[in-house]
Amino acid sequence: MLTNGGKALMKNLEAEGVEILFGLPGGAILPAYDPLIDSSMRHILVRHEQGAGHMAEGYAHATGKPGVAMVTSGPAATNMVTPLADAMLDSVPLVCITGQVASGAIGSDAFQECDTTGITMAVTKHNFLVTEASEIPQVIHDAFHIATTGRPGPVLVDIPKDLVDPNNPASQFDDYEPTGHDLPGYNPIIEPDPEKVREAAELILQSERPVIYSGGGILKARAASQLRELAEMLDIHVVTTLMNRGGFPDDHPLALGMPGMHGNFTAVTALQEADLLITLGARFDDRVTGRLDGFAPDAKIIHADIDPAEFNKVRFANVAIQGDVGKTINELIAALKQLQQTKQHPDRSEWKSTISGWKERFPLVYDEWEMGEGLKPQYVIEQLRDLTPDDTIVTSGVGQHQMWASQFWHFNHPYTWINSGGLGTMGFAVPAAIGAKAGVPDRMVWAIDGDGCFQMTNQELVTARIENLPVKIAILNNGYLGMVRQWQELFYDERYSEVHLKPDLPDYKLLAEAMGCVGIRVEAPEEVQPAIEQANEIDDRPVVIDFRTEASENVYPMVPAGKSNSDVIVHPSQETS
Amino acid sequence: MTPVTLSHTLVVRVENKPGVLARVAGLFARRGFNIVSLAVAPTENSLFSRLTIVVDAESSPLEQVVKQLDKLINVVEIQELAPTESVARELLLATVQVNDGQEDRVMKNIENFEANILNVGPQKIMVSLSGDVNQVDKFEASLEEFGIIEIQRTGTIALASISNS
Ligand SMILES: Cc1ncc(C[n+]2csc(CCOP(=O)(O)OP(=O)(O)O)c2C)c(N)n1
Ligand SMILES: [Mg+2]
Repeated sequence: MLTNGGKALMKNLEAEGVEILFGLPGGAILPAYDPLIDSSMRHILVRHEQGAGHMAEGYAHATGKPGVAMVTSGPAATNMVTPLADAMLDSVPLVCITGQVASGAIGSDAFQECDTTGITMAVTKHNFLVTEASEIPQVIHDAFHIATTGRPGPVLVDIPKDLVDPNNPASQFDDYEPTGHDLPGYNPIIEPDPEKVREAAELILQSERPVIYSGGGILKARAASQLRELAEMLDIHVVTTLMNRGGFPDDHPLALGMPGMHGNFTAVTALQEADLLITLGARFDDRVTGRLDGFAPDAKIIHADIDPAEFNKVRFANVAIQGDVGKTINELIAALKQLQQTKQHPDRSEWKSTISGWKERFPLVYDEWEMGEGLKPQYVIEQLRDLTPDDTIVTSGVGQHQMWASQFWHFNHPYTWINSGGLGTMGFAVPAAIGAKAGVPDRMVWAIDGDGCFQMTNQELVTARIENLPVKIAILNNGYLGMVRQWQELFYDERYSEVHLKPDLPDYKLLAEAMGCVGIRVEAPEEVQPAIEQANEIDDRPVVIDFRTEASENVYPMVPAGKSNSDVIVHPSQETS
Repeated sequence: MTPVTLSHTLVVRVENKPGVLARVAGLFARRGFNIVSLAVAPTENSLFSRLTIVVDAESSPLEQVVKQLDKLINVVEIQELAPTESVARELLLATVQVNDGQEDRVMKNIENFEANILNVGPQKIMVSLSGDVNQVDKFEASLEEFGIIEIQRTGTIALASISNS
């Protein structure tokens, strides 16, 4: 049966199971928006293409399904570069459809032409420029396959306008259903090598001071329950990186929380003093390792990852296991059970009591609020945490508020924490929250945002209101680009350069109201709880709470850039003289 | 001596699709891997092209180069060719100055290297030589004394040796 490119695009997106598209039309993608009217897919019309990209990411993080965005050529495609880069660094499965100028105009500097595949080559797992309409079904099928298998990531499909234009004879072709993939260079290895697994099991049984260093790969592989089984079976503590908050329950006795630059003391120091790191779906990011030559100096490394390029990239792996991390953990459990019949691990009671000692001595703390100060941001987060359901989804921007959110929330379920870890994209929180809410409408979704971040993407609250996606936004409004201010205070002699924002400009309450949301301002500690309760009650529109927080507050602990994790700075009240 | 140990020769089979060379070159650029030379052409099978890439070993840890290359969807196969287990060739074209009185020495030099004469004009001669990198380097050096007007080298191309087993 004869079809055309535009119809085929819709049909094949549906065939891939796409339920929601985030996008915004324009000239080059116009013909594809016409058959959309007859499609079963929901389209969420954004106010800026970057918003569509982050919504698709939020959707993917929350649901595990690929997020899909569709935008036009030129400036729309360049607006998509940030979310693509974000998805690339955080391994988020994303498929982005971009319109392109008509085939015959490519290369002529046509109106709204840009070299989309050239520009996005470095920020996608792969991209395609469609050259014939009949390729569309296969390319869409391949795009979803590449985005969702192996190490997930963003895939972009650039489609020239004429190939989806029903009036163009060249857009007509005999319809077909794509079967399989002709991708001879793409064969992700899923099954771990039993020999390596056995070596890893041996190392684990030999070690005296092991720690499980778990990363975002656990969530991507949907392996949180396997991780828990392994940790409990071995009785080994677990650190969860910023990308794996929720991948191991914070309320578990073996949980150490987040490591890294603003990780808690015990997580940072346990990695540092360990003799074995059981690294599962983590990649030794510089924000975790601190100065590399001082990182975990006595530790042997087991490194399990789906992407072999992570092995030995940053830190030498004594045992590297390529494969799906969930399968790897299952195999590891089996191998350990077998080995344990004849072998015993050394006594680890001293290591365990050392860890409990750290936990007791260096909990996360902050100064008590004093009269005349702004709200303590940590207090606001604790209140939010305690007043919302345990399975609330939390998104965040990038900065101090992000670190406090990761530190002070208790993530007890996977897929409850959604943030921009690798790229550190300010403006992520609001659209990611909207995307998450679209994916799991029954769950409460809170964005914990900074005032700086909020000003980058807040216009998507209009989208949220119109599309009936009642997300809730907590702005920790310290009137500063706070994280940068903190660095200037600590490392630039308190010389503050271009970091001051105005806490009351914009008027966040009015701004929220102008966008059809409920706006609430909170200035005093006793107003915090009632405001959150009020927000939790509202389910017919988004809510924005402008929490006026203390500008001078700093995030602790902190490992200064370029310093070793052994030089972690704790909260001033915990310093030993 | 060509610093053999300071470079690695990779033979990379890629899908013959538009933009593949840009993907490979872009990967090297953004990861800070330096390319010494790169040659590319279609293979016996028109679906694939073969690249010979000589990479600077110091800037580019071989394991990372290979694994990152392998992540490119269009890269099908990567072989590292050890000098002892492969045959490598490079082609040089050069237009050389032939000043009065130098004719005999120029010709002698060409004969010594068993180079070919491709084109002759007044006080100029175009020569070619294919050989391993050492030979080509030496030939280039020998031409410098006469004066090289223009030179183009192809970069190395290589194949695995035919195994005797
Ligand atoms: C798009 C982008 N631009 C700049 C930065 C650098 N940056 C990191 S944190 C930060 C400050 C964020 O300010 P705000 O949202 O108010 O959060 P706070 O640190 O005050 O909690 C800046 C500017 C960034 N991460 N992303
Ligand atoms: Mg701020």
